[in-house]
Amino acid sequence: MSNMKAEALSVNFDDKMVLKDLSLAIEEGKIISILGPNGSGKSTLLNVLSRNIKPNKGIVYLDGQNLSQLSGKMLAQQMAVLPQSPQAPSDLTVRDLVEFGRFPHQSWWRGKSEQDEACVSWALMQTGLIQMADRVVSTLSGGERQRVWIAMALAQKPEILLLDEPTTYLDICHQLEIMELLAAFNHEHKLTVVMVLHDINHAAKYSDYVAVLQQGQIFAAGEPAEVITEHTLREVFRVESEISFDVSGKPMVMIRGLTPKN
Amino acid sequence: MLNKKIFSRRGVRDRSEWRAFILIIFLLLALGGIALSLSVGALSISLNEIITAIFSDTSGANRQVIWNIRLPRTLVGALVGINLSLAGAILQGVMKNPLADPHIIGVSSGAGLAGVSIMVLFPHKEYLVTPVAFFGAMLAAIFIYILAWKGGIRPVRIILAGVAVSAFLNSAISALLVFYSDRVHGALMWMVGGLSARSWPHLDIILPYTIIGGILAILGARRLNILNLGDEIARGLGLNVEVSRIALTAVAALMAASAVSVVGLLGFVGLIVPHAARLLVGSDYRYLLPASALLGVAVVTLSDTLARVAFAPIEIPVGIIMAFVGAPFFLYLLRRDA
Repeated sequence: MSNMKAEALSVNFDDKMVLKDLSLAIEEGKIISILGPNGSGKSTLLNVLSRNIKPNKGIVYLDGQNLSQLSGKMLAQQMAVLPQSPQAPSDLTVRDLVEFGRFPHQSWWRGKSEQDEACVSWALMQTGLIQMADRVVSTLSGGERQRVWIAMALAQKPEILLLDEPTTYLDICHQLEIMELLAAFNHEHKLTVVMVLHDINHAAKYSDYVAVLQQGQIFAAGEPAEVITEHTLREVFRVESEISFDVSGKPMVMIRGLTPKN
Repeated sequence: MLNKKIFSRRGVRDRSEWRAFILIIFLLLALGGIALSLSVGALSISLNEIITAIFSDTSGANRQVIWNIRLPRTLVGALVGINLSLAGAILQGVMKNPLADPHIIGVSSGAGLAGVSIMVLFPHKEYLVTPVAFFGAMLAAIFIYILAWKGGIRPVRIILAGVAVSAFLNSAISALLVFYSDRVHGALMWMVGGLSARSWPHLDIILPYTIIGGILAILGARRLNILNLGDEIARGLGLNVEVSRIALTAVAALMAASAVSVVGLLGFVGLIVPHAARLLVGSDYRYLLPASALLGVAVVTLSDTLARVAFAPIEIPVGIIMAFVGAPFFLYLLRRDA
């Protein structure tokens, strides 16, 4: 079980402030989505949480420990990261790629163990890839390929999974497939999921908690029904919308058009 | 191409069989190259006679030729093949760039300027060429690293800094050759790269780097595989990307520097051999590194044999042969793959 806490993060690239004094708590076992327009700093926030970028100010805690003081290996045993549209060498098989997920559990002197094998098979099974384990990744469709990367992350046996726009470039069916897969993992294995999403309805439907970013700061954060409102959409995304609620009380957004400029 | 079909249509068992098959072929080519290089020349010596000359007979004419001339020269060629091929394979992985090779990190131009300086400015001190060239190679590599450093190493910055520094050093070489045009010949031979008159002392210089570098390269194979997934994924898997990149580049620099300081600026091997190996065994470094090393041995020893006998008694530098025969072959592989 892992919970995360980001305290007063500031990041600037040269002179430009990308994150400004941003704090965020991530509860274990939940699905948290980060929303926001282009350039609002959501990918940067995810990169700071995954330690890919060092913040200029502020600290990220993982289970009360300062993230910057953990070894790369220790961190990778608890946290898996899936960046936006990753690229693999074109001749690797599905199994090759998923096996890389075991890297943080291996060492100079110890190669593949039985436990590694078991974790790889488990990840392949869970993602429905076991049948195509020996296929070359470059021959798969976009949706299948994304499942392979998720399988690699799962083979890491993390407690927390960070994803940057995991559904980009996928058709609607494969988008939902990925979201359902993540939701199932969250539900069955209490995997904490933190992801940057573009699709507000996906965030509304699948998240326990939503953080909306605007110009490097949190505009609103909380449960989807509290955060995803006509007001938020107008202020942050500059669109007019109508919100209805499904049977479980999750908001559903219909975008009507751009907010007229004053 | 054949291996692609096997990879995608028939699955993993065939793939590992294919890799084993290619590795065995490369091993046979390497051994064949060494044997041929020992046997062929002004004096033709059979395999049996070679073995006798190396292990039992210590006085005959064969012994003279084999032990004093061909064996050390062949072994130097073999180790140079290993060093340059492994250096190229490592750099292509670390830089994630198919054009990366020992030239890119300044090793060749650094060794070139240092070596040529000795040859044209202090021709009576030719024994200094190898150590000074090694020093020059490492100095240029470190210099490029410092230039490319900006809170970490970005491969593109290294490549661009490498191109600029190499251009600078190469123009200095050209200037030296223009000013001392009467002494150009030796320098020119060295800049093309050749194994002529290489013997036991040269072997002693390269061998430690081959052994240590080879071991470190094999130990780094899994890290190279992880680096190939991209920096973000590699970090997510717990790899210290910056440290791995610097350490692996340093290994490649040492291997390449020791090779070029002994035989001159052999191009081609470090660039083409890893590519050819990759086209045949795939990009998994656990197979790619041994395949590159074996193919490097084969290419250098076979080319050097050809260089000695093709226009006998005139010997041409092995670098010329290698590029002449190897480049079209590589283009053939490339076309087939596409």
